Amino acid sequence: MQNLQFGPVFAHSDAFIDGVISTLVLAALSIFFGTIIGLLGAIGRSYGPRILSAPIGAYVEIIRNTPLLIQLYFVFFTLPLVGIKLSSNWAAIVALSIHLGAYAIEIIRAGIDSIPQGQIEAAKSLGLRPYRIVRHVIVVPALKAVYPSLTAQFILQIMGTSIVGAIAAEELTAIANNLVMQTFRSFEIYIVIAVIYFVIVQSASLLFAGIGRLLFQWKA
Amino acid sequence: MSLRDFGPNEFMFLIAAARWTILLALVTFAGGGAIGIFIAALRIAPSRPLRWLAIAYIQFFMGTPILIQLFMAYYGSSLLGFRPDPWTAAAVTFCINAGAFFGEIFRGAIEAVPRGQWESAKSLGLGFLKTLRLVILPQALQLMVPPTVGLMVQIVKTTSVASLIGLNELTRAAIKVNTVTFEPFMVFGTVAIIYFALCWPLSLYATRLEKRGNGKIQAKVKLPRLMPAS
Repeated sequence: MQNLQFGPVFAHSDAFIDGVISTLVLAALSIFFGTIIGLLGAIGRSYGPRILSAPIGAYVEIIRNTPLLIQLYFVFFTLPLVGIKLSSNWAAIVALSIHLGAYAIEIIRAGIDSIPQGQIEAAKSLGLRPYRIVRHVIVVPALKAVYPSLTAQFILQIMGTSIVGAIAAEELTAIANNLVMQTFRSFEIYIVIAVIYFVIVQSASLLFAGIGRLLFQWKA
Repeated sequence: MSLRDFGPNEFMFLIAAARWTILLALVTFAGGGAIGIFIAALRIAPSRPLRWLAIAYIQFFMGTPILIQLFMAYYGSSLLGFRPDPWTAAAVTFCINAGAFFGEIFRGAIEAVPRGQWESAKSLGLGFLKTLRLVILPQALQLMVPPTVGLMVQIVKTTSVASLIGLNELTRAAIKVNTVTFEPFMVFGTVAIIYFALCWPLSLYATRLEKRGNGKIQAKVKLPRLMPAS
């Protein structure tokens, strides 16, 4: 039994800060792209032409029933074969966005389904243009209805970024592993990393709740 | 240029590796379920410190990535003098982690049983444990089945993370085959199909169970949160 020694760990605190920043950037970009995929996919599935519905459905089911790690490897190893050369970080962002997109489609679609048909008819009879109907009558109320589920998924996405070190992308967990190699203080480092993730996750929950209140006057 | 091609042998190698994924998922299901019962009991216990203990447990295991928990068990436990092999570290971590999720499902199901049932059992002179066993649990059991099947899908997918501490399950087998064949499309495509074949039937079954059950009460007993990185 050794003693806990946090000294060598905190000597590398700037590495932790770099890690937090790259994790947040990775999470933010993939949440941004994933939500766009989710919005387009959900609208396409509910209101688009019927040909779109089967491929979108297949995409959602395939992603939701295979592990994120396999999706990550698939993107990382097969994209170069078709001539798309991405850095590890960008491959991770692509895989994470595709991953989140499938979950976001399901969540947003549930919101769209919850909008009564009568409201859309009412908007039509008031003479609103299709774009206005989609924006004010469908998308915004649907997002308001599913905002808590959607942000819960965003939180999972933040924690999900922890595995992209597997394709040598840069983020908090990968940086922690490098530090373990240098200092051999594995337990201390993973404790610190766990606390950092915990703080990120709890602050993100608070932040999303705050944003929700601002955007939708949604009450927690 | 590769060492060998992706043929029937490589395919069978992947299929054979899938049994370790299935075994780890089953161990997690059994161990996590047992821990979950315990956590749910603490979570609704009459004593406040016990409830806090359960909340702290759930918050820690749901609020940090499972990969970090795995690393802590595998690399970090040397501090306590343990040197676990990947199997032990993965099985223990997954059971403890899934225990938090099972605990939340079980608690949700128990709390979804109307309050009046507790009161009437009390007025009949039944104690806490007897009420739980004879009145609440038989009704709660039906409610916990659909989210439990849903959690099983999450568990199967999350076991892939154990490949990162060197456990030889399906995902690690895929990496090995990919290294010697360098046919990532075939290798990861095949592995994705195997995972899909394991998970999709369970997903469909979970959705069907959810629709068949008592919609209003069932809505209160959902998967608490999905597992991260699944």
